[in-house]
Amino acid sequence: MTTIFEARKILTMSATRPVATHVAVRDGKILGAGTLEELERWDDYTLDTTFADKVLMPGLVEGHAHSFEGLTWDDTYVGWFDRRDPDGKTWDGVQTIDALVDRMSASNAANPGTDVLVGWGLDPIYMENTRVTRQDLDRISTDRPILIVHASGHMYSLNSRAFEMLNMLKPGMNAEGIPLADDGLPMGELRGLELMVPASVKLGYDRMSRQQTPGAMDAFARLCVRAGVTTCADLARMLDDDQVAALLRDTGAPDYPVCIVPYMHINGRTTDDLFAFLEKIIPQSTDRCRFGAIKAHADGSIQGFTGRLNWPYYQNGAPNGMWYVTPEKLGEVYERALQAGILVHTHTNGDEASQLAIELTEAALKKHPSFDHRFTLQHCQMATPAQFRKIKALGMCVNLFANHHYFWGDEHYKYTVGPERAERMNACRTALDTGVPMAIHSDAPVTPLGPLFTAWAAVTRRTASNRVQGTGERITVDEALSAITLGAAFTMGMDHLVGSIEAGKRADFCVLGDDPTDVAPEALKDIPIWGTVQGGRLFAAETI
Amino acid sequence: MTGPALPVTVIGGYLGAGKTTLVNHLLRSSGLRLAVMVNEFGALPIDRDLIEAEDEALISISGGCVCCEYGDDMVSALMKITEMAPGLDHILLESSGVAIPGSIMASLLFLDGLRGDGVVVMADAAGIRETAANSYLTDTIQRQLDDADIVVLNKADLVAPEDLAATRTWLRDHVPGTRIVEAEHGKVSPQVLLGAIPLPRQGHKVTGHADALFQSRVLHPAEPVDAIVLARGLAEGDLGLVRAKGYVPKPGGGMSLIQVVGSRWTVEDAGDSHAPGIVCIGLKATFDPAQLERLGQLDPV
Repeated sequence: MTTIFEARKILTMSATRPVATHVAVRDGKILGAGTLEELERWDDYTLDTTFADKVLMPGLVEGHAHSFEGLTWDDTYVGWFDRRDPDGKTWDGVQTIDALVDRMSASNAANPGTDVLVGWGLDPIYMENTRVTRQDLDRISTDRPILIVHASGHMYSLNSRAFEMLNMLKPGMNAEGIPLADDGLPMGELRGLELMVPASVKLGYDRMSRQQTPGAMDAFARLCVRAGVTTCADLARMLDDDQVAALLRDTGAPDYPVCIVPYMHINGRTTDDLFAFLEKIIPQSTDRCRFGAIKAHADGSIQGFTGRLNWPYYQNGAPNGMWYVTPEKLGEVYERALQAGILVHTHTNGDEASQLAIELTEAALKKHPSFDHRFTLQHCQMATPAQFRKIKALGMCVNLFANHHYFWGDEHYKYTVGPERAERMNACRTALDTGVPMAIHSDAPVTPLGPLFTAWAAVTRRTASNRVQGTGERITVDEALSAITLGAAFTMGMDHLVGSIEAGKRADFCVLGDDPTDVAPEALKDIPIWGTVQGGRLFAAETI
Repeated sequence: MTGPALPVTVIGGYLGAGKTTLVNHLLRSSGLRLAVMVNEFGALPIDRDLIEAEDEALISISGGCVCCEYGDDMVSALMKITEMAPGLDHILLESSGVAIPGSIMASLLFLDGLRGDGVVVMADAAGIRETAANSYLTDTIQRQLDDADIVVLNKADLVAPEDLAATRTWLRDHVPGTRIVEAEHGKVSPQVLLGAIPLPRQGHKVTGHADALFQSRVLHPAEPVDAIVLARGLAEGDLGLVRAKGYVPKPGGGMSLIQVVGSRWTVEDAGDSHAPGIVCIGLKATFDPAQLERLGQLDPV
């Protein structure tokens, strides 16, 4: 059974036939793109004119997000920027303490209970670094624990009840991560993962088990449809048998609209175990859940001052960041992966972390030569031109954090690394000019899922204060559109399956109201998205 | 949970420094019921002959000891181990090679019934200078050493005397004031590291340490004292003590339990039913009992 979709315009991202008006689909795959006359020859077909006034692109590929974004919407959004939830409702940004209290109080009234009430995305950097106190949050409730996760991911704000439950509402708490008020009691913040993780556990805020509840992947899928995303890297899953079963169950629903690509985190297993487990789950992969790649963390984040930087380090003199893995273990994983032909993506924020990953890859390649490994540096925010040249020489890829410019560019300029290095962060122009295969990403929920927004960020390099930061690192619209389709697919080793509208590929389309190559570059992020087609199935954002 | 808080010792240090060797030595020689927490099981962390039973979550070790892995959720693992293995004397928490031990101690704040006892950082006499010269690791090694209450300079037998001397000097430059204990094959007196000090009250004679590196005295302050002042003096002064533990009467009645690990000290209230006296252990090379005597009467152990 063949369906021919008619569109106002089809941007195929294929060099031989960049533009078409019709695309023929059979068994969820593309027969070809061209004119109706050309495609009619296949066999009996149905002409579907749903998209007659729409523009089709290849389904967008998000190369670095976390499906946990879907679950964050079980909690209350309190970030600075307006943000759309999986149901399409846009939540106004929270820009004052009063607004924070109001939003959380409403949530408390709507979901009464005694369990921990969680808000997420708070960003006091934009409120002139106003510090949220325990007493502020006590206005929401004094008998229910309140936990506010900051946008940086490196701080919590808690109310008195929460501190009480943590056994910390007492004088004499002497720890770096627990700032005290004048009364000698905790003022309301909890800093650093070594305190936050156990606090979460003790307050009953448990991400891992929530990821296994039936339907845990559903809200994320709705966000994908709204963003035009049909393939998404879920870039760090702590996989075990239960998590694998849960992923297969959720993505196996007949109407599941996304191909999820879970990357297995190297933590928590020995290298032997890691590869044995991968060998076991790879054959369980389906069209909508593709196992077989690995994620490693080399360092932390730049705005959290835990990223590993080369000299001259952080401009405020903060100590250099943290290694999240020993070089020995990372090198061992690289070697085993090259031997086994398994893809590794490594989180490297700071330039010292990128350097380490580059050197370890080079060493591993000398032992196990591999001609198409596609090892990818994720974020790779501070890479220097020399590092990009080395990355190219070694056959590596990058996935740069273009969204970061908008959301934290001003902070990097002012606080973390200063103008010279802030302007060259996420150097898309340098990467492409050096010939490095490149994707760009959102890291949702760190920033909102939306490849068109990410493309806009890479094209304009505008910060939240509307400055253009690093004019020389801007890329063109065509380059950005390639990065969010074929570029990301290449880094994921899936460019033979998705990323362009060509014969033989999966029938994945992003359905747009306007032509991104025709609107002003500044308007890229505002193009209306009708929804997606994934594996030939239609998913309208309006009814998802 | 009733009774005194269960002490937790963090054992840090880079890969290959001998953390696992030390743990196995303590399992063999301390006579304590230990729980060993490792970041991940990896290559088996416990000597085969010590293992009684093994399942996915727990390794049972002779002498009532256990070993489990903590992965990304150390606090839950600690809570679980105290439930699964009641009657423990001490927990050894072996940190991963790049972990900063001080931040692990911070996590213990959440746990009622547990007490951070001290941080022991292993330094490989044959390798630490080279590891610290690796520019990726220089500051990580320094931060680990900074957090140490006791540094164990391990594998002292594997290097030439002049190299050992050079490493000793290097360490003293990098952590001035921190107690440095030399060891071969991780063999350090459990009394020194874990404070498994038989207190006078317990009635049995202290057998002394086989280890000829240390000497011990029992300190009896003449009068009730401010335990905090005394503890600080024992820890931060230049007495050369590695470990001290014992009870002193409080000026207003009742007693205080003082514990000193390197330059870390804690004081907690204790009931009346303890014989006073603080067992003090120092390195022979640096411990001068005459100095200690100024704080009270000294008896041999």
